[in-house]
Amino acid sequence: MSSLARGAVTIQQADFDLGAEVAALRDADGQAGAVASFVGIVRDRNDGTTVSAMELEHYPGMTERAIDGMVAEARRRFEIRGVRVIHRVGALRPGDQIVLVAVTSAHRHDAFQACEFLMDYLKTQAPFWKKETTPDGARWVDARVADDAALARWGLQMDNAG
Amino acid sequence: MSLRIQVRYFASLREALGAGEVLHVPAGTTVGALRDQLVAQGGEHARCLARGRAVRSALDQAMADDGAPLRDGAEVAFFPPVTGG
Repeated sequence: MSSLARGAVTIQQADFDLGAEVAALRDADGQAGAVASFVGIVRDRNDGTTVSAMELEHYPGMTERAIDGMVAEARRRFEIRGVRVIHRVGALRPGDQIVLVAVTSAHRHDAFQACEFLMDYLKTQAPFWKKETTPDGARWVDARVADDAALARWGLQMDNAG
Repeated sequence: MSLRIQVRYFASLREALGAGEVLHVPAGTTVGALRDQLVAQGGEHARCLARGRAVRSALDQAMADDGAPLRDGAEVAFFPPVTGG
């Protein structure tokens, strides 16, 4: 069974196990010769201020639909095999894992490319919002123009921050 | 004929305006015209949804531009630029 069939995209409050997710992709497909993965982590500083906690909000339904569409676009662009995306929501703390993207392919190049493409896409087009707690109180995190530029490198002009 | 529209707000807009509301708008209304109608209510709606503020929109759970036409029963969401990942 392909990883897409078992559900490539999960939004959850619980933590995830990178090793277990990679093992599942590997075990499901003997033709996968490469796996590239990215894990995003909550930092303890942002914009020059200490961050003690973070709350992640999302738009249930749209989020899964949006990321499914991104995975489909990655499959059109790259020769990839398995895909796994996990994004956490709810209360997180510095050091916690936020997001996992893992991609398998026959050879490394497509796995690397697709993993970066999916992260660039997700950063600017998946409906999640971060609110961080600082010594001055809680604040919504601002979107970054640099993230729009990262997506534009792939030929996709979809402004979010700008 | 009027269209029944479920409006939803997220993040800072949800904190200011609530989780959402139901509106009835004339046929032919677009996402952008709906936003203008909400702004015309004044108060927090005018402040949060004012033109020039960075507000993104979705129609039936897909990113949408101002020109997207509404249908009866549509779900329209307004929210700040996204910051996941």
